Amino acid sequence: MTTEPELLPLGIDGILVRFARILTEDANAKALRFRDQVQSAGLPGVTEVASSLTSVRIGFDPTETDRQTVTEAIHPLINNVDASESDAKRLWRIPACFSPNHAPQLGEAAALAGVSPDQAVAQITRQTTRVIAIGFAPGQPYLGMLPDHWDIPRQSQLTESLPRGALITAVRQLIIWAADAPTGWRHIGQTAFRVYRPETSTPFAFEPGDAVQFEAVSAADFAAIQADPDGSARCEVLR
Amino acid sequence: MPTLTIHGAGPGLTVQDLGRPGWKAQGLSSGGAVDRLALFEAAALLGTSPGQAVIEMMGFGGTFHANADTRIALTGAEMQADIDGTPIAPNRTHLLTAGAMLNIGSARAGLFGYLAFAGGIMTAQIMDSRATHLTAGIGKRLEAGEALPFGADPDRSRPAMRIAPETRFTGGAIRIMPGPQTDFFTPETLHSFTQPQFSRSPRGNRQGIKLDYDGNGFPADGGRNIVSDLIVPGEIQMAGDGVPYILLAECQTIGGYPRIGSVIPADLPKIAQAAPGTPLQFGFLTIAEADATALSDQVLLSQLTKMCQTIVRDPNDIADLLGYQLISGATRGDDLERS
Repeated sequence: MTTEPELLPLGIDGILVRFARILTEDANAKALRFRDQVQSAGLPGVTEVASSLTSVRIGFDPTETDRQTVTEAIHPLINNVDASESDAKRLWRIPACFSPNHAPQLGEAAALAGVSPDQAVAQITRQTTRVIAIGFAPGQPYLGMLPDHWDIPRQSQLTESLPRGALITAVRQLIIWAADAPTGWRHIGQTAFRVYRPETSTPFAFEPGDAVQFEAVSAADFAAIQADPDGSARCEVLR
Repeated sequence: MPTLTIHGAGPGLTVQDLGRPGWKAQGLSSGGAVDRLALFEAAALLGTSPGQAVIEMMGFGGTFHANADTRIALTGAEMQADIDGTPIAPNRTHLLTAGAMLNIGSARAGLFGYLAFAGGIMTAQIMDSRATHLTAGIGKRLEAGEALPFGADPDRSRPAMRIAPETRFTGGAIRIMPGPQTDFFTPETLHSFTQPQFSRSPRGNRQGIKLDYDGNGFPADGGRNIVSDLIVPGEIQMAGDGVPYILLAECQTIGGYPRIGSVIPADLPKIAQAAPGTPLQFGFLTIAEADATALSDQVLLSQLTKMCQTIVRDPNDIADLLGYQLISGATRGDDLERS
């Protein structure tokens, strides 16, 4: 049995602190908080602190410090990580279209989750999700967690490309797709929201921890909002 | 500022530098030159900073002219090249005079060629870098008809230089280190991964390359349900049912495919420069062995600078070439008849 969290190498210039091998709210909350703590600690030679769903990578400059030194410096922080989930600072409401043209794999994904397509849409739009990580492509949010029956695997065959703003799902999570890359996640809806705007002073829309709620719109309504770079999304500051 | 005009461009031309480290948390991979070593070689040759922007050329070059004299260097893949029809060699500096036509053709060895200017390409910076990041929508591929600003040559009279880099175009032994998911694979799969069976697939780009192999794939236990986790360039991920891909500069920052280990930075240029079909064999280092290969940018540049040699008889260095007696012992040509 592995002791958690695990300290592991990730490149010759990085240490990965993994709080769990499976995704839980507890492990994600720890990862987000631990990232803040390591950043605030300002350790010498540490160049980058990035969090993912259940882990944090501490990047260092091997010509200024070394693995052993950084490991010793982060040990006391690991043992004191607070796992309580904080309240969201912001709530995003984002329109999404689930009509067949915009949701080619909704039926397939719903079947894997053991529900009808209509039930699937109802479940996804009823729930407020949280940004549990950002990555894979700039600003791209991983949203979670959906109920247990949405723990569906990725496809073994990759989908070669998807439109930006596609709503895709796997393993109890949703993503608003922002990459030009193949994916194994299933395409179950479409938003007109741009998570990343490199031409602006705020290139990344989301912060980890933001709350996100989807609102189903008809194909006709969706056509009307596609010209809006925000895709008619609204952001409410909660605290 | 001087301008470089592009008259013809291969499909894989982009402006690159050392990229944008530090944005992983926001989902932006560092990007930059796929073969970083080539930028250090160019800097050593030209006596400039390795952080200057260059033109990266995947597989094929283009046709260029500058409107001011400047020293240039070609590093990375060996590409057929000429200036106004006179062939020029890779891994050395050349003078590109104003108006002369620089033609760069296909790669004869390696894959990514680099065209560096003494004053650097001076396009606008975004987040402290000029590197085009195609998947992040920063910059775009260069096309015929474009003009790029470049910095004036700061040292036009610096002697011409050449360097003979260690070859990195033939693949071979690649050192990898364990990562966070190495033990997701069985000992049998790990052992099998170190057998000589791989070659670089035709499929690849700035994000990564696919490996072709004999026999079965390399799946991890529960491979398709692994929690998505942070990625660094060099990692070898098993897509789908265990098909290996090696991730390069423009890779994703987070991914859910299991990763068996990562190519150490010192060997990553060999991966970048492996043309389709090049054989590759992987061997694991311990963590300590891998860590010991770390090399600072400063030390790398100084090592390469020591490897540079002045080219003694490059006519480009001789400004008043026609004033020299170039041929000794010339006669009227009828000596034998007259004796």
